[in-house]
Amino acid sequence: MKLEIDDSQSYLQGDNNIISIKDLQKYFQKTHVLKSINLQVNKGDLVSIIGRSGCGKTTLLRCMNCLEVFDSGTIRIAGITLSRARTEAEVSRDIRNRTGKIRKNLKSPFRKPDEDTELDEDFHIKSQILRTRVGMLFQNLNLFPHLNVLENVVKAPIIVKGESHEQSVHRAVQLLDKVGLKDFIKRYPYQLSGGQAQRVAIARALAMSPHVMMYDEPTSALDPELVEEVLQVMRTLHEEGMTQIVVTHAMYFAKTASDTVIYMEDGKIVESGPPEKIFSNPRDYRTKQYLSSIKE
Amino acid sequence: MKNKMKYGFLTILILSVSFISLLAQNHKYILRYGADAESGAPYVFQDPKDPKHLIGFEVDLINAIAEDLGMKAVHVQNEWDGLIMGMERNDYDIAINGLEITPDREEKVNFSIPYYLTYEQIAIRRDQEGINTLSDLIGKKVGTLNNSLAERILRAKGGIDVRGYTDEDKSYNDLEYGRLDAVLIDQPVALYYAGWNPQLKLTGQPIGEISYGIVLRKSDTLLLNKINRSIEKLKKSGKLRTILEKWNLWNFMMESYLDDHTESNDPHTAYQEYLATQGQTTTFMTLMKRYISFLPMFGEAALVTLSISIVAMLVAVFVGLIVVLLRVYAPNPLSKLATLYIETIRGTPLLVQLYFIYYALPVIPYIGVRISPFVAAVLGLGLNYAAYEAENYRAGLFSVPRGQMEAAISLGMTRNQALRHIILPQAFRFVIPPMTNDFISLLKDSSLVSVITMVELTRVYNQIGATYFDYLGPGILVAVIYLLIGLPFIRLARVAERKYTYDKRKIIKR
Ligand SMILES: Nc1ncnc2c1ncn2[C@@H]1O[C@H](COP(=O)(O)OP(=O)(O)OP(=O)(O)O)[C@@H](O)[C@H]1O
Ligand SMILES: [Mg+2]
Repeated sequence: MKLEIDDSQSYLQGDNNIISIKDLQKYFQKTHVLKSINLQVNKGDLVSIIGRSGCGKTTLLRCMNCLEVFDSGTIRIAGITLSRARTEAEVSRDIRNRTGKIRKNLKSPFRKPDEDTELDEDFHIKSQILRTRVGMLFQNLNLFPHLNVLENVVKAPIIVKGESHEQSVHRAVQLLDKVGLKDFIKRYPYQLSGGQAQRVAIARALAMSPHVMMYDEPTSALDPELVEEVLQVMRTLHEEGMTQIVVTHAMYFAKTASDTVIYMEDGKIVESGPPEKIFSNPRDYRTKQYLSSIKE
Repeated sequence: MKNKMKYGFLTILILSVSFISLLAQNHKYILRYGADAESGAPYVFQDPKDPKHLIGFEVDLINAIAEDLGMKAVHVQNEWDGLIMGMERNDYDIAINGLEITPDREEKVNFSIPYYLTYEQIAIRRDQEGINTLSDLIGKKVGTLNNSLAERILRAKGGIDVRGYTDEDKSYNDLEYGRLDAVLIDQPVALYYAGWNPQLKLTGQPIGEISYGIVLRKSDTLLLNKINRSIEKLKKSGKLRTILEKWNLWNFMMESYLDDHTESNDPHTAYQEYLATQGQTTTFMTLMKRYISFLPMFGEAALVTLSISIVAMLVAVFVGLIVVLLRVYAPNPLSKLATLYIETIRGTPLLVQLYFIYYALPVIPYIGVRISPFVAAVLGLGLNYAAYEAENYRAGLFSVPRGQMEAAISLGMTRNQALRHIILPQAFRFVIPPMTNDFISLLKDSSLVSVITMVELTRVYNQIGATYFDYLGPGILVAVIYLLIGLPFIRLARVAERKYTYDKRKIIKR
């Protein structure tokens, strides 16, 4: 089997796009959620995605991580290229055949992300590898509650990468130090504040040495006074050159910390550009409307 | 070195050969007979003076036959209803327990020549009048033994409200309390269970003719011939009469059967001893002494109950895990099958499942295997509880938030890795408390395995109750024992609950 995985990491040199998305389409049953998304992200950039609730921000991130399988288009992230081309007709035929199954799956906590559609082996393996190269942070706090902070961080490197225990503990302590939680390694998740939990989650994702970090509203479940400690970690990572994509409602963060801001509406990217431009001089009237609506 | 190995091999060979021959010999010399010792006077029953010891005229008889054949008779307990089934399963070689020779039984099994002839006897309350013949029973509630000849006689007569019992003592109890108008059972039973009771009386003429024979499998013709010859010998030598006289069972039918019309002047020692133990007023001290004498029996039975329950629970825990994994993760035919299994088990009575495993499974062609009562009990309970454990696990799996799987997957774990390291450990904690509760239910449900000849706590309670006509004291005793067995597990459940619910753990103060 030939996998089109670029392991030379040539994208890390020069100003190659580490992320490149072309004509991405995604349907949820009959709703067309992502309508031809095109996106390029340079290595080391911090990209903020903003937009109204329900416009498809979460879905875009989940597709980039293959937690949802997109229906057509091409995504190339950290050297892995995935592409599919299902027409709208195929999608709707599929839906008719599978509504029963989908309904059943929705109830199950173990739905495979790719269960609703047939995928070839190639796609499976590539998405698996892709996930090891992309760190993902969710809105809800989902640390593993039966493991303490240190175990949360070392678990994946040990079982996925086969790292030795000492090696991963050593690194985990460094990472926890970086997010300011070195003294908390023996605590259990329920003993942490929301902000601390999100910082542990960042350390947990970083332990896999991802090339890209993605965050889905990482601070929206937090008390206002805890938001800053999480954002600070992201700023530090930015300084260190980590490529990051953030879905956020924290406008001042998008404005001050990001290199690029993307405004989405109704499954499309309406406008993208440097924050000064988007926030002070948006081109599109929809962006204008949105920004003025949140100012009130 | 090589030599040593040779010697070792030789020793093993010799040992195993002698062991095998020992086994074979043992087997040859033992005559296993099936009989129901529960309320089995005067046939085969527990000696009221020492409940671990079996006595009865059939015990005397089978010992005499075994002695004649150069064998040793060993008793195997089974319900009277199931005696022939148990023999077909090869739980024992013969059955001897007042089994009447009837044409339909003769189709399935062989009978020896009769060793005792008797008749059906009506018993009524002391104050009742006007019941003397079978016809007098029409329109009355009449108790008898299930599957006995008496039952058939009653049903054939028509118009009689026949009530079937499995234990004869309970039918006489009901007669005494007025729940029945009469009891029709074989004369020896009537003599031993109603004859001495001042509230009851035996009445009317002998009804029908019964001949008891020893039951053998159709295939065991050699043993049949041997036993027949032995019975002939006992008849001729007068030994049979001696045994029957001892138990006060010598009657006019036996007189003509043995053609022995001499006068009887036997003191009926065994009968007298039996009478002495019945209806006597017991002082508190003797009662206490008696209860204490039960303790070793109850202790042994408690061990049986406990070991059945523990092994069955282990079966349930592992089979349940396999079933739930199939149900939740396997492709369709398998997962449907797992669901079918769960629904079938949960939708049918445990008792039916036990009977099925014990009696029906062995006779299925090709795949049928004979399993010991213990294995059947453990399988029956274990497979039943496996269905409940599977559902328990499923609830556990669903209790883990869906985000956990996604978090694990997005860290690069495969589904199987995520299951093993993230989902199952969390589900396990959820599952522990209900699992310990299930174990306690299983402990109680284990009383059902007494129907497949296991002698466990409930069975021993019933035996003792029937022997002493006392269900009160032993009942309290057995209840206490069940509670004592269950208690450590209830405590264990608490500890496990506390240990494994991490989100309730106190926050560490620093
Ligand atoms: N599993 C699903 N099945 C069906 N429809 C879905 C599913 N997930 C999301 N949707 C729909 O897709 C659309 C986009 O949802 P998405 O979660 O991506 O929005 P969002 O931009 O992240 O919104 P928010 O800011 O509220 O998080 C919504 O209309 C939503 O109802
Ligand atoms: Mg969202």
